[in-house]
Amino acid sequence: MPTIEHITWILLFSPLVAALGILLFTRRAPTVSAAVSIGAALVSFAASVKLFLVVAGGTGVVIAPHIWLSVGTFTVEWGAVVDRLSVLMLLVVTGVGSAIQIYSVGYMKGDSGISRYFAYMSLFTFSMLGVVLSPNFIQMFMFWELVGVSSYLLIGFWFERPAAAAAGQKAFIVNRIGDAGLILGILTIWACAGTFDFAELAGQWQGLGLTPLILAAAAGLVFCGAAGKSAQVPLHVWLPDAMEGPTPVSALIHAATMVAAGVYMLCRVSWLITASPMVMTGIAWIGGVTALMAALIALTQSDIKRILAYSTLSQLGYMMMAVGLGGSTEAMFHLTTHAFFKALLFLSAGSVIMALHHEQDIWKMGGLRKRMPLTFGAFLIGTLALGGIWPLSGYYSKDEILLLALEQNTALLVVGLVTAFLTALYMGRLLWVVFFGEARDRRLAGHAGESPWVVTLPLVFLAVLSVVGGWYAEVPRFLSPEYHAVAYSDKVMAGFLAVPVIGFLLAWRVYGKAPADDAVLRKGFGPCYRLMESKFYFDECYGWLIENVQGGAALVCETFDRWIICGAGVGGLTGTARMLGWAVRTVQSGDLRFTLFVTGAGVVALLLWLLAG
Amino acid sequence: MMIGLNHYLAVSAILFGLGLACILVRRDILLILMGLEMNLNAANLALVAFSRFGHGATGQVMTFFVMAIAAAEAAIGLAIVVALFRKGKSTRVNEFRTLRG
Repeated sequence: MPTIEHITWILLFSPLVAALGILLFTRRAPTVSAAVSIGAALVSFAASVKLFLVVAGGTGVVIAPHIWLSVGTFTVEWGAVVDRLSVLMLLVVTGVGSAIQIYSVGYMKGDSGISRYFAYMSLFTFSMLGVVLSPNFIQMFMFWELVGVSSYLLIGFWFERPAAAAAGQKAFIVNRIGDAGLILGILTIWACAGTFDFAELAGQWQGLGLTPLILAAAAGLVFCGAAGKSAQVPLHVWLPDAMEGPTPVSALIHAATMVAAGVYMLCRVSWLITASPMVMTGIAWIGGVTALMAALIALTQSDIKRILAYSTLSQLGYMMMAVGLGGSTEAMFHLTTHAFFKALLFLSAGSVIMALHHEQDIWKMGGLRKRMPLTFGAFLIGTLALGGIWPLSGYYSKDEILLLALEQNTALLVVGLVTAFLTALYMGRLLWVVFFGEARDRRLAGHAGESPWVVTLPLVFLAVLSVVGGWYAEVPRFLSPEYHAVAYSDKVMAGFLAVPVIGFLLAWRVYGKAPADDAVLRKGFGPCYRLMESKFYFDECYGWLIENVQGGAALVCETFDRWIICGAGVGGLTGTARMLGWAVRTVQSGDLRFTLFVTGAGVVALLLWLLAG
Repeated sequence: MMIGLNHYLAVSAILFGLGLACILVRRDILLILMGLEMNLNAANLALVAFSRFGHGATGQVMTFFVMAIAAAEAAIGLAIVVALFRKGKSTRVNEFRTLRG
């Protein structure tokens, strides 16, 4: 009978073994690679289910830490924490991950790099599981960076496309900016408490008697890392560009798991966040602003994957808002349901993209409802769940967050409700433009048909989860057994439900007539439309900043380096040596008689000196 | 006037000086080699003189060694001269400046 420790290590390391096996042995056999990778994911999934059953029946365990490295009194440990929080996340990562890997077999068919793709997918799964299981900051940071690397590899998977290569680099660099904050935060915490261990820190952090400034600095810096990974304003710019990667990658990494890592980490270190009310307010507002802004941008985009990417940003904003309002449980609840329905939406979009030969512009689609009934059904369920329509999962988890805001912060409640309305509007727009009406591009739609079963099977699996994921508030009750959903009057609940319904109705009113483009929206928003379509000019601002501020600083440094360090320092030394060499070299004329004369004169001088002495 | 050691040494010094002047002034490498022979023979003269007035045979033995070495040196020197002439079509030292720094 394997112990929990064995199961945990099997869970963690089987994707790594798969990744190494594929890279070392089966690169030339894509079918074997896919089988190995999917097999490893399913093993991890089975192990997660086993751990879930163990933890659900009792309490969590921390697997005995091994000393990893030890310098003097400074030790870093290596272990795993298996509690309700991590087990839930393990189930999401391995469950959704397995479905998406199976889907990938259909989506990546015919690609020349299938083995590489599955190796990277397995590597990502390993890294993500490592983040989830980490019991201390150092181990988490290591896996955190591994997640960044595998995300970079997968965004730039089609590296022969310049846009994909650039998007990979952008994602990595923006994440590094956040991670610089994270490591400073980790060091701050270590300097204050002298340990990296989550369990120890949770117990003693409040009792250390630190000043509010230090508490705020530690929490704020750690939040920087979370903001980078979870793509919160102002570090959100990498996520829409990450859509250059293959669609299953977008579904797994940039919708369901990796971007949720920031939210997960903040839930894991909730003792750190709750210690600083100032930072909590900041997080809540950053989440709110992200949610609202991303929803506005999503309304104006025309690339099916980018709309979903901005929608992901918006939903991550909700989760951050929940974290900032002190609702880690609510945030994890929404994270879980979001992983289901957003992965479902991305995979359905991928199915559409496949059928249309990698066309992603929604204004060239239309009328796909009849040609792809299963994909349409899946997309519809995903849309309604994301919009928050009863009784789908999104309704429950989003309402929890809105209720949290209702209790604590009316301004954020308004932001949340407006975002919910916009969410329904842009998802309704997407649904009607892509699936209803007539085909806008007949040549493209002529070949469109339903996708094969490896593609539709994961869709069905995720659609079922998207429907039932929120029922009876099972997820939050699993996370904290004393959790009780606050009972509010039917009026409030009806109000929360009415907002997305109005949004969907408005979308139907505008897009139900199958317009050829976005003229109505353009007129309705007036000058704001340009602003939204240009994504609030974030990329342009960053470009300007980098060109002027960073460029100016680089110019100063370059001048200093070239003229002071290189010119005066290094140039001075070499110049001295060169001058000396020049002086000595003139003696070496190459003329034999001159040489002999000098030698003779030297001998004579030596003799005279000896004789005189 | 009795001819003593100093006279021999003076002749030897004059010979050596002439040889050195020849080496320094002449441009033809053959003449420089001749000057070199003169230097060696000036040294031989001094050695023999020391031997004669010093009551010992060491100086004379040294002289034979010097003569043998001078013969070898002449052979090698002339070989170098031939090689140089083949290469540079000249035996004048001021035309060979490849050791210039």
